[in-house]
Amino acid sequence: MANTLLDLTAPLTTEVLTKLHAGDHVTITGVIYTARDAAHKRLVEALNQGKPLPFDIRGQIIYYVGPTPPKPGQVIGSAGPTTSYRMDPYTPPLLEAGLKGIIGKAGRGPAVREALVKNKAVYFGAVGGAGALLAKYIKSAEVIAYEDLGTEAVRRLTVEKFPVIVVNDTYGGDALQEGKAKWRQPEVLAR
Amino acid sequence: MARATSTKSKVRDVQASAITEAMARLCISANTDLPDDVLQALKQAREKEESPGAQHVLSIIIENAQIARDQSVPLCQDTGTTLVFVDLGQDAHIVGGSLDEAIQAGVRKGYNEGYLRKSIAKDPFTSRTNTGDNTPAMVHTEIVPGDKVKLTVLPKGGGCENMSKLAMLRPADGRKGLVDFVVQSVEAAGGNPCPPVIVGVGVGGSADRAVLLAKRAIMRQPVGQHSPDPETAKLEAELLEKVNALGIGPQAWGGRTTALAVHVETFPTHITSLPVAVNIQCHSARQKSVVI
Repeated sequence: MANTLLDLTAPLTTEVLTKLHAGDHVTITGVIYTARDAAHKRLVEALNQGKPLPFDIRGQIIYYVGPTPPKPGQVIGSAGPTTSYRMDPYTPPLLEAGLKGIIGKAGRGPAVREALVKNKAVYFGAVGGAGALLAKYIKSAEVIAYEDLGTEAVRRLTVEKFPVIVVNDTYGGDALQEGKAKWRQPEVLAR
Repeated sequence: MARATSTKSKVRDVQASAITEAMARLCISANTDLPDDVLQALKQAREKEESPGAQHVLSIIIENAQIARDQSVPLCQDTGTTLVFVDLGQDAHIVGGSLDEAIQAGVRKGYNEGYLRKSIAKDPFTSRTNTGDNTPAMVHTEIVPGDKVKLTVLPKGGGCENMSKLAMLRPADGRKGLVDFVVQSVEAAGGNPCPPVIVGVGVGGSADRAVLLAKRAIMRQPVGQHSPDPETAKLEAELLEKVNALGIGPQAWGGRTTALAVHVETFPTHITSLPVAVNIQCHSARQKSVVI
């Protein structure tokens, strides 16, 4: 079912991002960076202090993931997305700094959704809980910052045809709101 | 009246080291091997789904379970808080160490040898430094008849656990208040707990008992098994129908399968109280038991 005609590679341009619409199934190939709660706090602190970030964020993609440790022979352990709303407070400043793509799980709050439209960036969803399967699309993993955070360190990953859905596009479209509206049965809820 | 006299009372020794070994194995198998009843429920949900997008998500979840089982890798990167339920036979006698330490040592061993993620923070409101070994596990112990020790490990992901809710309703709020609270709790959770979920509801007891009932409710096997009480079974059916009418669907991308099941557990409660607790289990409904 996945319409994977579009394979995206960072740095993401406005031209490519404005082609995407909520509900599109696409894939991602190339470099993505990982960060979640603790790393986001440090990244935003660095921005606030005018210090450089551990990587040039302009045009890049962040994946909210804290993987299991790799078994011998594995590039990375199980690596599905973590719940995104926890990173909401840190997201608008990163978008202003040039972040163009975010991969996570479930919905974002209104401030993030507005910042995505304003900064022409896209929020993608990967299937939560599919940690073993999603790890297969990750071809390399390297800790590049905040090693003391262990599973929450910033890693540079290279991925190949990593499958995601466009949850929030640059136009304000929202796949979660649209999906729920389509399948909701108000007459059953009213009984 | 003659009183039956027992033969010399038999207390069975259970080695703490056996508990540690069993715990280590359970931690690993619970994280890699999705229970068959859950896998079946996911396959049935895919058959019944009407949204092609939702069927696609369910296929990914099912394929993930097969990879995890075949390659003995964790289903999900969140290998969870380790919840442990011990049914300790009153004629079992733990020797060679403390029960709690034996359990914690088993978790430490399993999470290390199984390449599982360490996800416990020591100080909840200060430094939140990772404890490095996924301890402490959250242990619930019940004393039961017999001389066996049953250990159940439930790795509980943070995403779904963070959607837990408790309401101390008024008796006047009644069944309708209960239904509305449960449905609203699932709606507010949206995609955060990784639908399709198993919804556990605890009704009655004290506040702490209601929350534990909800947790026990998600553990019911096979998933979807109705309560033996007819009124409770009717409530479960109504809650499942309404929760699935929300349209949230697998991963909240829209569809008919927001929940695989709703299980309700009840207990007597104070004459002024109607506690209702909701605990949500994600589709990685991991659970393994062993009897020693």
